[in-house]
Amino acid sequence: MAIWGQLVLTPQEWGAVRLSLLIAGVATLASLPFGIVIAYLLARGRFWGKSLLNVLVHLPLILPPVVTGYVLLILFGRRGLVGAFLADTFGIVLSFRWTGAALASAVMGFPLMVRAMRLSIEAVDRKLEQAAGTLGASPRWVFATVTLPLMAPGIIAGMILGFAKAIGEFGATITFVANIPGETQTLPSAIYTLTQVPGGDIGAFRLTLVAVAIAVLALVSSELLARRIGRRLDVE
Amino acid sequence: MTLEVDIRKRLGAFALDVRFKASNGLTALFGRSGSGKTSVINIIAGLIEPDDGRVVVNGSAIVDTARRFTQPHHRRRIGYVFQEGRLFPHLSVRQNLIYGRWFSSERGNPADVERIVALLGIDHLLDRRPTGLSGGEKQRVAIGRALLSNPTLLLMDEPLSALDEARRQEILPYIERLRDGSGIPIIFVSHSVSEVARLATTIILLADGRVAAAGPASDILQRIDLFPLTGRAEAGAIIEASVEAQDQAAGLTILRSQAGVWSLPRLDMAHGSRIRIRVRARDVMLAKTAPQDISALNIFPGVVTDVSQRDGPIVDVKIDCSGDVILARLTRFSLNKLGIAPGVAVHAVIKSVALDRRSLSGPWPGDQGSDIETLAT
Repeated sequence: MAIWGQLVLTPQEWGAVRLSLLIAGVATLASLPFGIVIAYLLARGRFWGKSLLNVLVHLPLILPPVVTGYVLLILFGRRGLVGAFLADTFGIVLSFRWTGAALASAVMGFPLMVRAMRLSIEAVDRKLEQAAGTLGASPRWVFATVTLPLMAPGIIAGMILGFAKAIGEFGATITFVANIPGETQTLPSAIYTLTQVPGGDIGAFRLTLVAVAIAVLALVSSELLARRIGRRLDVE
Repeated sequence: MTLEVDIRKRLGAFALDVRFKASNGLTALFGRSGSGKTSVINIIAGLIEPDDGRVVVNGSAIVDTARRFTQPHHRRRIGYVFQEGRLFPHLSVRQNLIYGRWFSSERGNPADVERIVALLGIDHLLDRRPTGLSGGEKQRVAIGRALLSNPTLLLMDEPLSALDEARRQEILPYIERLRDGSGIPIIFVSHSVSEVARLATTIILLADGRVAAAGPASDILQRIDLFPLTGRAEAGAIIEASVEAQDQAAGLTILRSQAGVWSLPRLDMAHGSRIRIRVRARDVMLAKTAPQDISALNIFPGVVTDVSQRDGPIVDVKIDCSGDVILARLTRFSLNKLGIAPGVAVHAVIKSVALDRRSLSGPWPGDQGSDIETLAT
């Protein structure tokens, strides 16, 4: 009995789990439209600076996360270039807030999300879009009724990847918004904190189990969804 | 309805320079692969822009480079049936069929869907996904989808070429019904003589990006000088005939054309039905005197009007049999031996069994008056 009792999360640990889910959810949903647009531009667009955009999107994947967090701090900090503007004009402050953590997670997950979506757009048969055009659909409608449904598996895969990355994001988050319990302490930062204090091992272990459970759940649900949609689409 | 095409387009080393007019019925854009047929209908559909020229439908231009005007392809109301069907895999057959109506200004009534579904014989497929359909079924759905988008003109790009012979025979009657019953003019791209002979009202013969000949189907197909372009192996004449009697005892159907009386293996067609018979030149023998004791049932006296001028051991001969033109292919040796030349009287001999079902087709185009409802039964 004593052992099972050890598995119950403390209120502070629960707080970290809830905050992580909130941050990852907001980060994924907020970056979704941008992800689709950027993926579409990269897959289909023909414009000057396309490779530059490609590098920019993939940068967080290659840079050390701490560097990305620091860049975010410079740009979106209270006195940063964008941060000052947001604070003065809209009263939005990102640094050391959970919203900042969501921004950091979104930026870190963005390359993964865009990559999955881009691949799925490239797999869409343009001849089908042409056919839709000859049936009277304007380019917007073609996108909404043909391209978007056909790239749905890629959108879901991208969202799951982005979400998983956001849950696990540590370096950029801790650099940009620090590790404030109840405000910016996410699941990974809570584990990190617990490993730094004597007797924190059991708490870190509990949170690790939670992290594994979330990851498995995300993976399984994405697999099921992809299979369902895949069966529906099954292009010959 | 009229369609006027007058376009030029450079595609790499290939130059397209095509001018023709088409009106009601089925106009075949006919020619070998690489002659530019598909590029022409892609320009009409708006999928490619011409470098120079114009396309006019019913008096109004849909593209005119002189006026720098190009109507976007989704506003042209031109139906397109592609070679590979191109059905939307994420939609059911029913949703595929009504896709075009979402964008059509005239709402159309639900009866149209039922009528076209019945015409194409696809009512049992409506709730299925395109993935599970056979090639022939897919093509029929694709035709229905194009028709239901309410087009003023229907383009078909070799819609039968991806199908095997059995599936092809299954779809041909539906296209005949469309030609005779829908009132929508059709531009039909094909490189197959048998398809064109069976379906076309008018033929535009394309070669190397230019119009080599244009005119009524039977005129173009019987021109000996065009055989190198129309395809030598399948070359032959088209005869218009009507069913005169059924000989139940012998299992034969008796037809009458201008040339005379034809006996064919039994056809299930009503007395008086009009049909096209395609007689391939290589199935026709010539005799100087009326042959006796011969198994062939169709023997027509006629006069040689033309002999092909090309070199080689094989020649094509054109014979006028009381108004019907029959083409025969002989060796030069036989030609010389019999002394066949323009003006010489001969007998054309055709075995009945050479005229199989594939050489026959339904009502002669222009035999209008029938409508979809009656044809759909």
